[in-house]
Amino acid sequence: MHLPDAEQLLADLTGKMRPEVSGNAALVGIYTGGVWLAERLHRDLGLTLPLGTLDVSFYRDDFGQIGLHPQVKPSDIPFEVEGSHIILVDDVLYTGRTIRAAINELFDYGRPASIRLAALIDRGGREMPIAAQYVGGMLALPEHKMLALERSNDGKLSLSLYDKSPPGQ
Amino acid sequence: MNNNPQLNKHGELQHLLTTEGLPASILLNILDTAESFVGVTERDIKKVPLLRGKSIFNLFFEPSTRTRTTFEIAAKRLSADVVNLNIAVSSQSKGETLLDTVDNLSAMHADMFIVRHSQSGAAHLIARHVRPEIHVINAGDGRHAHPTQALLDMFTIRHYKRDFHNLRMAIVGDILHSRVARSQIHALTTLGVPEVRVIAPKTLLPTKVERLGVHVYHDMAQGLKDVDVLLMLRLQNERMLGASLPSAEEYFKYYGLTQEKLALARHDAIVLHPGPMNRGIEIDSAVADGKQSVILPQVTFGIAVRMAVMSILAGN
Repeated sequence: MHLPDAEQLLADLTGKMRPEVSGNAALVGIYTGGVWLAERLHRDLGLTLPLGTLDVSFYRDDFGQIGLHPQVKPSDIPFEVEGSHIILVDDVLYTGRTIRAAINELFDYGRPASIRLAALIDRGGREMPIAAQYVGGMLALPEHKMLALERSNDGKLSLSLYDKSPPGQ
Repeated sequence: MNNNPQLNKHGELQHLLTTEGLPASILLNILDTAESFVGVTERDIKKVPLLRGKSIFNLFFEPSTRTRTTFEIAAKRLSADVVNLNIAVSSQSKGETLLDTVDNLSAMHADMFIVRHSQSGAAHLIARHVRPEIHVINAGDGRHAHPTQALLDMFTIRHYKRDFHNLRMAIVGDILHSRVARSQIHALTTLGVPEVRVIAPKTLLPTKVERLGVHVYHDMAQGLKDVDVLLMLRLQNERMLGASLPSAEEYFKYYGLTQEKLALARHDAIVLHPGPMNRGIEIDSAVADGKQSVILPQVTFGIAVRMAVMSILAGN
């Protein structure tokens, strides 16, 4: 299958955000791919509030099925969440469960004035009433496929497609 | 398959009973996970929903305030329901056996037991007895092991010294009666600390302690030379049945950590103590409250480490 170019998607996403995202917006990237994207967006949009990062492992709804993710990263929100205008950044928008977890985690830091969502690519298949305000592109994929963002040593982003391992493995 | 009663058939941590025999990857995963919980404990809302709906029983057959409290706080910050049982004044004093107590609590749908007992092996016994979906954490058994204390010590050392591979450590004091020392030695050697020393009078050292891979010193001046980390132990008065020591004063004179003795270690050495401290016996107040002491950070990190252990176990 031909996959879209991640760098082109990011350029499109940045272009869509630029007219609407002003200086008081606070970007929060979701580990791992969302953090890479948020770093680039933060720089290219010239935002002044420091960049936040979230690892939603402690808020996931599948802990009972799969346990704790083996490599949890510390979340870091270096700005006052109370009253802030936050833009969550993730790589692949799919079921919406990660975003649900991220919103819950943010509320444990304070009460934001607003939260928007930016995603590099939307593959459909939502299981939660969640929509992104900014997307780089759309791609319909069958359920057994997993789409992942990767970053090379020189910082270049690309998309890869995997088969999901069967349950229980 | 493996014979380690702490691991499940996938090699994941099922119970935490001792640091002995655990691979470095599991110890490091606990420390790394704890790093993420430190951030949680610094927020206004110091709680995550991870263990919502889980029931955790603190089974303390031996008095403890700090360890029981930090386990309780850790469980509450994971949103678990915690029940504290003070067994000394409950059914056991009416004649119920340990395993009958555990069976009754399991029938109340316990998900995890945290066990402190004066008998070595008590937590192992419970771990072998319970259903496979129940997890057991050893919070200290006799002279045998106190793995979460050792892990929070490892976390504290890594926090201040960054890496385990270039460090010289000294464990000072009552090694003989100390489950903390045994758990520390196993964790330190597994994590690749090249030189672990024990410093104590002969009467407070187990026989053949060298077999654990440590260097033995009886003299503080020699033992503390060039040391990066000092792990002080509490003089266990309540376990000191015979006359192992002439007097507490004499112990302080030779083995009590004063500023003068600390000056023999490296200038940036840190001092740890598992608490509760006997000031003026194993440690002087000037050291305990001094710049090189990390004794209170140990307590804070202890909560994050226990949150990590509980959430890893509950997920396996």
